[in-house]
Amino acid sequence: MSWDKNMMADKVIGLFTDHCSVNLGIGLPTLIAERIPSSKGIMIHSENGVLGVSGRPTKETVSPTLINAGKETIAVGDGASYFDSSLSFGMIRGGHIDFCVLGGMQADAKGNLANWMIPGHKVTGMGGAMDLVNGAKTVIIMMTHFSKNGDPKILDVCDLPLTGKEVVDIIVTDLGMFKPHDGKIEIIELAEGIDKTDLKMDTILK
Amino acid sequence: MSQSKVFQDAKSALADLKSDMTLMSGGFGLCGIAENCIDAIADMDVKNLTVISNNIGNSGRGLVKVLIKDKIKKAYCSYVGGNPDLEERMLAGQIEVELVPQGTFAERIRAAGMGIRAFYTPTGYGTLIAEGKEVKEFDRPCILETALHADFAIIKAQKGDTYGNLWFKETARNFSPLMAMAAKTTVVEVEELVELGDIPAEDVHLPGVFVQRIFQGSNYKNDIEFLKLEGQQ
Repeated sequence: MSWDKNMMADKVIGLFTDHCSVNLGIGLPTLIAERIPSSKGIMIHSENGVLGVSGRPTKETVSPTLINAGKETIAVGDGASYFDSSLSFGMIRGGHIDFCVLGGMQADAKGNLANWMIPGHKVTGMGGAMDLVNGAKTVIIMMTHFSKNGDPKILDVCDLPLTGKEVVDIIVTDLGMFKPHDGKIEIIELAEGIDKTDLKMDTILK
Repeated sequence: MSQSKVFQDAKSALADLKSDMTLMSGGFGLCGIAENCIDAIADMDVKNLTVISNNIGNSGRGLVKVLIKDKIKKAYCSYVGGNPDLEERMLAGQIEVELVPQGTFAERIRAAGMGIRAFYTPTGYGTLIAEGKEVKEFDRPCILETALHADFAIIKAQKGDTYGNLWFKETARNFSPLMAMAAKTTVVEVEELVELGDIPAEDVHLPGVFVQRIFQGSNYKNDIEFLKLEGQQ
């Protein structure tokens, strides 16, 4: 049985060290913020200029000037700080953020990631993703294993325009956890009842 | 300071904004945008603007008001998702858009304000962004990015004094202090215009030396793009 979104989020959280700093991308990774146990002492960074995000506000505390990079309203905890975009990306580019978790359209065996455009069809822009994949100490991709068409999203080589070259450390999908290594994909863990053949990536498995 | 920096409103503070100029506009999504200035520019007789802003508005709001009047010739931004008006004009070739990785975008603006002409960064190496740019190997390959300047910047702060010292609320700061440093003329609108000394020196987020004009804004909407409350989803 494949992992649901919450189980995927928990698998990612299991990779976080105590008291680390984490940046969460738009989409699937936003689930993580609400599931991190406070006992881990983790500081959540959002690149629009806040460190110390702690879940959602109430009707009474909600503020239009307090948002995350997905432009959603958030709350902050004790020890939080605000700063401008340059300092925020300095934290990322300077290697001060321990983990970033991003969604993906494609990732490949070389650790390349594509998640910002489909030529001639859809352009969202890269936002902060290109900076994050080159700056965060550990880059985790959290995405569904297959596209809407049923094609595997972990490939030998990405065919969409890249977000970053040789930058991905870990990939968590609904079917398992993987690591690009030496041009192949190493299986770290499979969801219960999932077999290697279910992954549809025989040729690139280590 | 020979002349007061305090202006009456957006219209008077932007009177010498002309066609073909480059304009920086602060804010992240709709958070911290200069609402009064944007409304004023949408009504001005200017065109062919080059606009530098992380998002060119969103869902019909913010800079989209200027965009849909076809006043923007070129835009520099990092994200166009959730902005159908921009995506449509982009795919139809009606507007030139240069997508810039957000950290590089911030740093190019900061560089302009700080007198740095260019810098090397690993961001974008090996991607479409690197095309045509100088690559240099340090501990890893980096690409050369140049400073982004502007004729005008329009930004909003929660509080500002008559010298232009600014205080921003929560995450509304984002690109605004950087843009204030990078533009020849920075126009600031504030929710509260206060006297000198009302913002304690330790709490000044942006020193007024970077601000040329300031006015008391009005009728703020402070729109929320995605309202998420505790216990939802």
